[in-house]
Amino acid sequence: MIEGRTGPWETVIGLEVHAQVISKAKLFSGAATDFGAEPNTQVSPVDAAFPGMLPVINRFCVEQAVKTGLGLNAKIELESVFERKNYFYPDLPAGYQISQYQQPVVGRGKVALDMPDGTTREIGITRLHLEQDAGKSLHDQHPTLSYVDLNRAGVALMEIVSEPDLRSAEEARIYLRKLRSILRYLGTCDGNMEEGSLRCDCNVSVRRPGHPYGIRCEIKNLNSVRFVMQAIEYEARRQIELLEEGGVIDQQTRLFDSARGITRPMRSKEEAHDYRYFPDPDLLPLVLDPEWVERLRAELPELPDAKKVRFVSTYGLSSDDASVLVAEKETALFFERAAGHDPKAAANWVMGDLFGALNRLGVGIDESPVSAEQLGALIDLIADGTISGRLGKDVFAEMVATGTDPAAIIEAKGLRQVTDEGAIAAAIDTVLAAQAEKVAEYHAGRDKLYGFFVGQVMRATQGKANPALVNQLLKEKLSGK
Amino acid sequence: MSDGSLLALTLAQARDGLVRKSFSAREFALAYNDAVEEAKVLNAYITPTPERALEMAKATDARLARGEGLPLDGIPIAVKDLYCTKGVLTTAASHILDGFHPPYESTVTSKLWQAGAVMLGKTNLDEFAMGSSNTTSWYGPVENPWHRQIGSPKGDNRPLVPGGSSGGSATAVAARAALAATGTDTGGSIRQPASFCGIVGMKPTYGRCSRWGVVAYASSLDHPGPMVRTVRDAAIMLRAMAGHDPKDSTSAPVPVPNFEAALTGDIRGLRVGIPKEYRVDGMPAEIETLWRQGAEWLRSAGAEVVDISLPMTKYALPAYYIIAPAEASSNLARYDGVRFGLRVERGTLDEMYEVTRAAGFGAEVRRRVLIGTYVLSAGYYDAYYLKAQRVRTLIMRDFAKAFEQVDCILTPTAPSAAFAIGEKTEDPVAMYLNDVFTVPANLAGLPAISIPAGLSGEGLPLGLQISGRAFDEETVLRVAEVLERAAEFRHVPSFVAGDRG
Amino acid sequence: MPLDKAAVARIAALARIRLGEAELEPLAEELSRILSWMEQLNEVDTSEVPPMASAVATSLPMRNDEVTDRTRREDILGNAARTTQGFFVVPKVLE
Repeated sequence: MIEGRTGPWETVIGLEVHAQVISKAKLFSGAATDFGAEPNTQVSPVDAAFPGMLPVINRFCVEQAVKTGLGLNAKIELESVFERKNYFYPDLPAGYQISQYQQPVVGRGKVALDMPDGTTREIGITRLHLEQDAGKSLHDQHPTLSYVDLNRAGVALMEIVSEPDLRSAEEARIYLRKLRSILRYLGTCDGNMEEGSLRCDCNVSVRRPGHPYGIRCEIKNLNSVRFVMQAIEYEARRQIELLEEGGVIDQQTRLFDSARGITRPMRSKEEAHDYRYFPDPDLLPLVLDPEWVERLRAELPELPDAKKVRFVSTYGLSSDDASVLVAEKETALFFERAAGHDPKAAANWVMGDLFGALNRLGVGIDESPVSAEQLGALIDLIADGTISGRLGKDVFAEMVATGTDPAAIIEAKGLRQVTDEGAIAAAIDTVLAAQAEKVAEYHAGRDKLYGFFVGQVMRATQGKANPALVNQLLKEKLSGK
Repeated sequence: MSDGSLLALTLAQARDGLVRKSFSAREFALAYNDAVEEAKVLNAYITPTPERALEMAKATDARLARGEGLPLDGIPIAVKDLYCTKGVLTTAASHILDGFHPPYESTVTSKLWQAGAVMLGKTNLDEFAMGSSNTTSWYGPVENPWHRQIGSPKGDNRPLVPGGSSGGSATAVAARAALAATGTDTGGSIRQPASFCGIVGMKPTYGRCSRWGVVAYASSLDHPGPMVRTVRDAAIMLRAMAGHDPKDSTSAPVPVPNFEAALTGDIRGLRVGIPKEYRVDGMPAEIETLWRQGAEWLRSAGAEVVDISLPMTKYALPAYYIIAPAEASSNLARYDGVRFGLRVERGTLDEMYEVTRAAGFGAEVRRRVLIGTYVLSAGYYDAYYLKAQRVRTLIMRDFAKAFEQVDCILTPTAPSAAFAIGEKTEDPVAMYLNDVFTVPANLAGLPAISIPAGLSGEGLPLGLQISGRAFDEETVLRVAEVLERAAEFRHVPSFVAGDRG
Repeated sequence: MPLDKAAVARIAALARIRLGEAELEPLAEELSRILSWMEQLNEVDTSEVPPMASAVATSLPMRNDEVTDRTRREDILGNAARTTQGFFVVPKVLE
C-alpha cells in the first residue's frame, strides 16, 4: 500500500515476460539460435521474409512451451492457432510477427511465491503462447541511420502473461525470480536478462483499496529485475500524483529511462496499434496428441516447489533454507550430492562459505572449483574429528583456491586435529604456567579470561587441538586439577 | 524438321521425338529461343534466358546419348515470373522487385529442372498475380496471339488481352513461344487465360504443388499448375511439378499418381454435374451453347449428365475479394525497400516505407492491399474477413454435397472470350466478374482444368472447365481428355511462331 | 459501408502506402463501391458456420530441432540496396 496525499493506494501489477526458448534452431526456420554471432550470419531467407518463403514449425520448441505450461500448473490447449500480428518495423522483416492470439497453446495456470514473511502467495498465469522474436536494431551506431541484424529474427519466444495479481515491486521481483527458476529447472529458457533471453514488460495501475482496477500503462524496455522494480515504483507514484491532482491516466505505452530512473511516453506517434490479427494461412492449427502431453508431464524434472517440500521432510531443513537451496537446480543438485551424512552441515556450507566464494570469484555453482563430493568429504572429515570446524574453513578456502581434495590439503599442511589428551594437557600446562598472573585473576573472579586461555592453547597447538578436549581439560586444570 | 513443325509438337510428341533422336535437344532449344525472340511483339516474356536454355539442352543431349533420359528431358518450358529462379531476375511483374535475384530456386521449378526440362525464360503476368487481363504489369501488357476475325462484329486488329494473371505463360504457349509453361491460379489465373488463349490450363488440388519459392499473393488460394497444349501434356507436366514438400506446411502429404496413366479414354458411367447457378445473367448465348454441347459430348461418351445445385456460387466472388486481398495485404508487407527491390530514400523510416511502396506498387495492387488492410482492421474483421471465411465453409459444403451425386462438374471457364486491351479497365468490379466461374474451385481447393472447346462468333477461343474432388485430378484429366477429343479444337491463333512465310 | 477520405488515409497509413491528397477522394469512392459490392455476403446466414481453417484437412506438420539452414550472409544481404558492415541500413528510428 502506498500512502498518498489523500489516502492509501494499492499498486496493481501484471507482468508479460518474453522468454527465449532453448533450442538449436529457430521456431519456423532451420537457422541457428546461438547468441553473439556476427550480424546476419544466422538468418534463413524465411527469417528475412524473402519472397516465396514459408514457415515450418520446430517440434522441440512446441515441446518446450508445453513443458513450461506444465511447470506453471497450466492448462495445455490441445488445439491452438498461429496468427499474424501485422505492423511495420525494420527488425520485423515480414511486416508481421507469427504469434498466437485468440487460441494460445497454454491457458490458465499459477505460480506459488515464497514470501519473505514465510507465507505463500499464489500468482495467476493468464496464458503462455509461442511467437517469433524480432531481429535487433542498433540505433547508436550512426547519427542518422539504424543498423539491423536479423540473427535473432525468428527465434522462438514464449510470452508468459501473469494475471494482475502482483501488488508491489518486491512481489514482482520474487515472481520474476521464481519464474526464472522454473524455466531453468525445465531447461526451456536460460533466464538471462542481461543477454536478453528473458525480457519483461510491465503493466502498472493504481487504485483505492477495494475499488475496481484503474487505467494501466505498459512499460517496455526493462532488461533487469532492478529496472523492473524501479520502473514499477516510479510509475505507481507518477499515477498516484496525477490522480490526486484530479487528473486522468492516459492509457499508453511508456519506456523506462534507466539513466534517469523514470518512465516516459514513447516518442513515436502512438496511434493505437491495429495489429489486424488473423490466422496465418501458411500454417495449420497446431493439434497436440494428449498422450504426448502426458508423456511430457511424466518426464518433467522435480520442480522447485516439490523439491523444497522434499528437502524439508527428508533432510529436516528449515523452510527458508530449503527455499534458498532449491532456487537454482544446480544448487539443489550440488547440495544433495554433498548432503550425505549431514544435510544441515551441507546446507550451511553451501549457503555460507560456498556461496561466498562463488560470489567473490564471480562464477555460478556449475563452475564451482570445489565439487559436491569434495565438500562432502570435508564435512565428513570435520564430523569424524580429523579436523576442527574452525580449521575446516581454512581447508575450504584452500580447496577453493586449488581445487585439491580436503584430505590431501590436511596431510600436506599437517592440519590433523590433535586429540591426544596428553599433548593437549601439556599445551594447557605450558600456557597456564606462562600466564600465572592471569590465572590468579581468573580465580579471583575474572571469568572472561577463560576464553583467553582457550585462545592461547589453540595458538600453541596451531589451531589443531580438538576444542572439546581443550574445554574439558582446561576446565579440569583451572578448577583445581 | 522445320522450325515451324518442331514448334507444333505437343509435349508428349516432343518427348518421344527426343528419345527417338528425331531431333536433338539443342535443335529444339534453338528453335524455341528463336520463337521467344519472334514473339517479342506480344510481350509474353520479361526475361528470356536463351543461354541457359542451351546449357540445359546440352545436358539433356548428354543424358539421352547415355540412354538416361529424364521424364521431361529437353522440354522447353517458360516460367511465370512469380516463381523464384535462382540467380535469374524475378520480378512478380512489379517495380518494387526491381533487380531481385533470388538466392534460391522454387520447389516446383527445381523439380522441373531435375526432370530435365529446359528453361526458356520468365513470363509476364499481372503484377503480383492480381488481375485477369495481364494489363497491370510494370513491364507492360501482354498481347493475346489471337485476334478477332475481320468481318465479325468487333472484328478489328485491336490487341486483345490474354487473360490473367498468367497471361504471359498463356500467350507463350499459344503462340508456340514455349512448349509448356508454369502458371499460378489464385482466382482463375491459369484457367481463365488458358480459355482466352485456346490452350489447356490446370489448377490442381490445393497443396498438390508446393508453394515454396513462389511469390505469395493469397496463401490459402495460390495454386501452382501447368499451362500446356493438350490434356496429356498437362498430365505429364503436373506429375513432374507435384509432390509433398516439407518446406511448405500446407503441402499435402499424399503420393503423386501417374496422371498420364489415368487417361484411359473411358468415362462410361461417370456422373457429370451441371450446376444451374452457373447460368449467369448476361452470359453470351454462344457460351451457353458450347456448355450444352460439352454436356452432350460427355453423354455420348457414356457419362451420365446430372443437374446439380451449388447455391453459394454467387457469393464466391465477393468472398474471394475479401479473403485474397486480406492475405495479400499481409503477404506484401515485406516489400519495404530494406532487404530487396526498389528503395526510395526519403526522410524517416515510415516515410521511406510509404514512398517506396507507393512508387513500387501499381494501382490494382494498391487497391487490393488497401481493401485487405481494411477488412482485417479493428471493427471490420468480423463483418468482412470472418464472414467471408464462414461463407467459404458453406461453399466447400456445397461441393461436398454435390460430389455425393456426381464425380465431376462441367461449366464454362469464363463468361466471355478475350476482350480488347483497355476495354474493361474503368470498373474494377467488372474486371473481377471475369473470375466468376473459376473462383469457387480456389475457395474450395478443388482441382479444375480448362480446355479449349470452341470458337466465339468473333473467332476467339472459348474454354470449358471440368472440376472434381480433392486429389482426384485423375478423374478430372480423364474427363477433360474425352472432352478434348470430342471438341477437336485444331484452331491456331493468328500469331504463331515459326509460321512465317 | 462507405469510406470517407479520412478512413482511406488511415488505412493507407496502416499499410504504409503514401497517397497524394488528390487521390484520396477517388480512392474512397472506388473502394466504397468495391466494399458495398461485397456486402451481398450479408444475405447469407452464417450463424452456425465455422470459418474455414484450411483447404487442407491435416494438422500442422513439424520439423526436427536441427540447424539445416546455413545461408551465407552474402546471400541474405546481396539484394539489399544499402548495407554496411554486415547490417541492413534504415533511417534512424526514434523511440
